[in-house]
Amino acid sequence: MSELKAFTSANHPTRRWRRIKDRLIETVLFLAAASSVLVTIGIVYILVSESLPFFSHVSLVEFLTEREWTPMFSDAKFGIRPLIAGTFMATFIAVCVAIPLGTIVSAYLSEYVRPSMREALKPILELLAAVPSVVYGYFALLFVTPLLQKLMPELGGFSVLSAGIVMGIMIIPYVSSLSEDAMRSVPTHLREASAALGSTKFQTTLRVVIPSAFSGITSAYVLGISRALGETMVVAIAAGMQPNLTLDPTEPAATITAFIVQVSLGDLPHGSIGYQSIYVAGLTLLFITLVFNIVGMWIRSRVQEKE
Amino acid sequence: MSPQFEIPATSTTKFNLGHQTEFLRSQVKSLSFSYNPKDKVILKNVSLPIFDKKVTALIGPSGCGKTTLLRCFNRMHDLYNEVSYDGEILLYPESKNILSRDVDPMEVRMRIGMVFQKPNPFPKTIYENVAYGLRVRGIKKKSYMDEKIELSLQHAGLWSEVKDRLHAQATSLSGGQQQRLCIARALVTDPEILLLDEPTSALDPISTSHIEELIVELKKDVTILIVTHNLHQAARCSDYTAFMYLGDLIEYGPSNQIFTNPSDKRTENYITGRFG
Repeated sequence: MSELKAFTSANHPTRRWRRIKDRLIETVLFLAAASSVLVTIGIVYILVSESLPFFSHVSLVEFLTEREWTPMFSDAKFGIRPLIAGTFMATFIAVCVAIPLGTIVSAYLSEYVRPSMREALKPILELLAAVPSVVYGYFALLFVTPLLQKLMPELGGFSVLSAGIVMGIMIIPYVSSLSEDAMRSVPTHLREASAALGSTKFQTTLRVVIPSAFSGITSAYVLGISRALGETMVVAIAAGMQPNLTLDPTEPAATITAFIVQVSLGDLPHGSIGYQSIYVAGLTLLFITLVFNIVGMWIRSRVQEKE
Repeated sequence: MSPQFEIPATSTTKFNLGHQTEFLRSQVKSLSFSYNPKDKVILKNVSLPIFDKKVTALIGPSGCGKTTLLRCFNRMHDLYNEVSYDGEILLYPESKNILSRDVDPMEVRMRIGMVFQKPNPFPKTIYENVAYGLRVRGIKKKSYMDEKIELSLQHAGLWSEVKDRLHAQATSLSGGQQQRLCIARALVTDPEILLLDEPTSALDPISTSHIEELIVELKKDVTILIVTHNLHQAARCSDYTAFMYLGDLIEYGPSNQIFTNPSDKRTENYITGRFG
């Protein structure tokens, strides 16, 4: 009893040690959390600092308005537009494939399939995400492109279309897995309320489950888009790596990522303008991804406000 | 079951109960139910008349099967399992067995509305919540919808409180208002029977008395079947009461008889609070 009393006093050594331990754990947790933030800040810092000298050679106006991107040529031109066009085109095609298919798959898995069947199907679907992207690249180049050529005989060996479609297939699991989680977390009592009013399963899914899960589904779409924007191997292999200011998906083109991988493979002298252009391209990509994430966050917050 | 409520095996749906005449709206005929053939039986050979434009209360201790019985009426169990019903629930006037395999549960739910234990409005506006039942029936005409929605909100006693904010989110309403919204949502499609599954158990006393007044008001137009744990509520709002215990229907009769002069010892023990 007296020992217990002593323990309740704030100066008891065990109590002091407990306080210190608690502080220590908090510090360790803080450092772990801070490391990821610090790494992000470090990446942004390096991208910006390595990009700045580039803009002393090339003006921002030229960078944004020039129609060609040929940093490796003797007559070097630095217009980012062809790379941005390639990136957006590939991403757009991928999203056109991944969002409808991913949403359908997630609605099917969440609302229609029996639990035992779902447990069997999910790992198979997630296997799609486990296939290395270089395999997808060759799948696009050696399987999908010839297939498309049967439909469109004039299609060349490299095209954004083929790369975009395969990239879309690749990101289906990212979209469907998150969407399915969002749909399954819609409370059962809402489904029952809908069913009790005489709706079919499809009406319940379309009118109640998907709108209720909209916030989570948006996150899934944003993740899918970010993944498509940053994807490298498929476009580097199947889309041709030729910076090309066009919006025709049947032509070859290069994305920002494809340019980076192409140039990084060569031996560039440190500090040369070609070397700096990698950082500038990286910074541009980071900026685009950031904008998409902010838009996604904005949509989500608007939906949550309404709820 | 007291003898005068034995349902004769004729096709008539009209009953002379001495003091008054009742019409059958529905009838449960020797219904047995279990979720799974291997599972224990939840309902054992239950038979029960549901009279038209009357409130029938199902009472009994937890686990007695009253909610299970209620959810048979709109085939809610079909959402989850391959269940098989043994027995019949006939719906009049055409005396159709709504538990039959050939009957689409969706058809049954089109005719029988339900209000749940916890208020469960959709995360939509007040207007869209009530409109839901009309929309899933393919109704698009705006003027007709507006009229029906106003009418059912009035029926549910909510119109005066929400008429200026029909396009506000339903979740901005209080719990009691949400429950009345759910009643309006169920009423908009003119159900023949309204199932209420402990509709006030999540509400405060004032909202509860609102809903109880509403139930008495609603039975002018619709047949009501209510599950409740609140015996005072059953005594106050219902015309007929069925007492269930461990899956058996122990006693059924006019509510005043069940609550003042029950014929079964178990009913008496339950309503006097000796168990349950």
